Amino acid sequence: MSNDVYIVGIDMIKFGRFENEKAERLAAQATLMALDDCGLGIRDIQAIWAGSCNATMMGQRMLHYIGQTGVPVVNVTNACATGATAFREAWIAIKAGLYDTCLAVGAEKMGKGMLVPKNSQGTAIPTEGLLGSGVMPSVFAKMGMEHTRKHGTTFEQFARVSEKNHRHSTLNPKAMYQRETPLAMVMESEMIAYPLTKLMCSVNVDGAAAAVLMSEKKAKQSGLINRAVKVRASALASDPFTARNLVMQDVNTVTRLAAQNAYEMAELGPEDVNLIELHDCFATAEICHYENLGLCAEGEGGAYLDSGATQLGGQQPVNVSGGLLSKGHPLGATGIANIYEISQHLRGEAGARQVEGAKIGLTHVVGLGSACAVHLLEKA
Amino acid sequence: MADQPVAPHTVISTGGEPYLVGSHCSACGETHLGAFENCPACTARGQMDEVRLSNQGTLYNYTIVYRSLPGVTVPFISAVVDLDGGGTIRGNLLEVEPDPSKIAFDMPVKVVFRSAADAVAGGEGYLAHFFVPAN
Repeated sequence: MSNDVYIVGIDMIKFGRFENEKAERLAAQATLMALDDCGLGIRDIQAIWAGSCNATMMGQRMLHYIGQTGVPVVNVTNACATGATAFREAWIAIKAGLYDTCLAVGAEKMGKGMLVPKNSQGTAIPTEGLLGSGVMPSVFAKMGMEHTRKHGTTFEQFARVSEKNHRHSTLNPKAMYQRETPLAMVMESEMIAYPLTKLMCSVNVDGAAAAVLMSEKKAKQSGLINRAVKVRASALASDPFTARNLVMQDVNTVTRLAAQNAYEMAELGPEDVNLIELHDCFATAEICHYENLGLCAEGEGGAYLDSGATQLGGQQPVNVSGGLLSKGHPLGATGIANIYEISQHLRGEAGARQVEGAKIGLTHVVGLGSACAVHLLEKA
Repeated sequence: MADQPVAPHTVISTGGEPYLVGSHCSACGETHLGAFENCPACTARGQMDEVRLSNQGTLYNYTIVYRSLPGVTVPFISAVVDLDGGGTIRGNLLEVEPDPSKIAFDMPVKVVFRSAADAVAGGEGYLAHFFVPAN
């Protein structure tokens, strides 16, 4: 018997805006859905990792709504990689042999509009707009502009990412928005930070997702192996030093490091991956991540998008869920929601957006600061 | 009272002249903006020397910001500049039209220090760095 770890139950709530809800209540909903997905109850869970960027003690508070069983609960925060980090910690605990059934849950209540950064420099007066811009659209606009500088990628190519992912979202009933946005509409919407228009920025929404992870032995004993998804690799990286990282956050290098570690752990290459959910927090990022994840050669990200390879029906569909751009981006939930999407395809249960014959899927999230998580998943 | 620097990497000399300060690692040769005790590039401990950074550089990257936090005047150009001799710094690029066709990667710029007093309701004086075209 191997010490592989499997996802046996996984689900997410439909992302949206839930004015009167708390993160822990959303987490409770997703947890019950994930338990129902595998026919287990909260008493079967031996330990919990709960991810949220804004909530405090969310995991314990969640149990107040579904049953206080006394199991160890660890609350996790790791920027936009929070959910994936919680998932990975549960994976590690089972790998270590300490438990055989664990829960990872991520949930977030978001405000509308732009995220307001903390004054991490500790300056006497606010520096936004005085010493340049550090808000998220500006950071990811610069990520795109660096790609333009190096490879000549155009505003129109970046805009096509939104056209593609918004089209995908029309097939995902759990996406916040399920609306097509023709290229001209994307390019003509309000400019936020060149080359990013409003329709090229992900949506701040509320959401939750949860996964039940299990050892191979337990999954076989419980008769849950048939619908299970095997975790082939789980990699987490922090940002290694690169020349401008401290003033212009570099999410490329940290992604490359996590991806390389994941491919090595799984003994797989990018060519083996049938579909990808990657961190399209802004449209510019997706094209860069094609290269960072090794889906295409250096500098070919724009051309790879133009080729149609990454749309549903293409060679390596990317973000068929609609991505963060239209599904929405509730920070702590995103990493597990991506794993849910891939699991649905590997199980052949993705409905109208099913990627036919999917055997291997990759999830990627990256949080500024920085943290990158990459998971490789396989049909059991 | 003279304006106080907004950012910790701006220092005012005894003669009243502002300049940017950085750290040079004698182990790996990397230069970083601001003060460091240990090197984030090579992990060497206690080998950082304080250095005065150049006020000349080239534009590495930029975006034109049209939507920022409430109260921030837009549009403005948020620029990343590689300083001659080492160090990279972010700031506003002034005296250039906020239009991608008017902004060239690698254009030479110089660092200038101007009062940021307008940004402070209480009227305290603060000094910030900005970039302007070098030519």
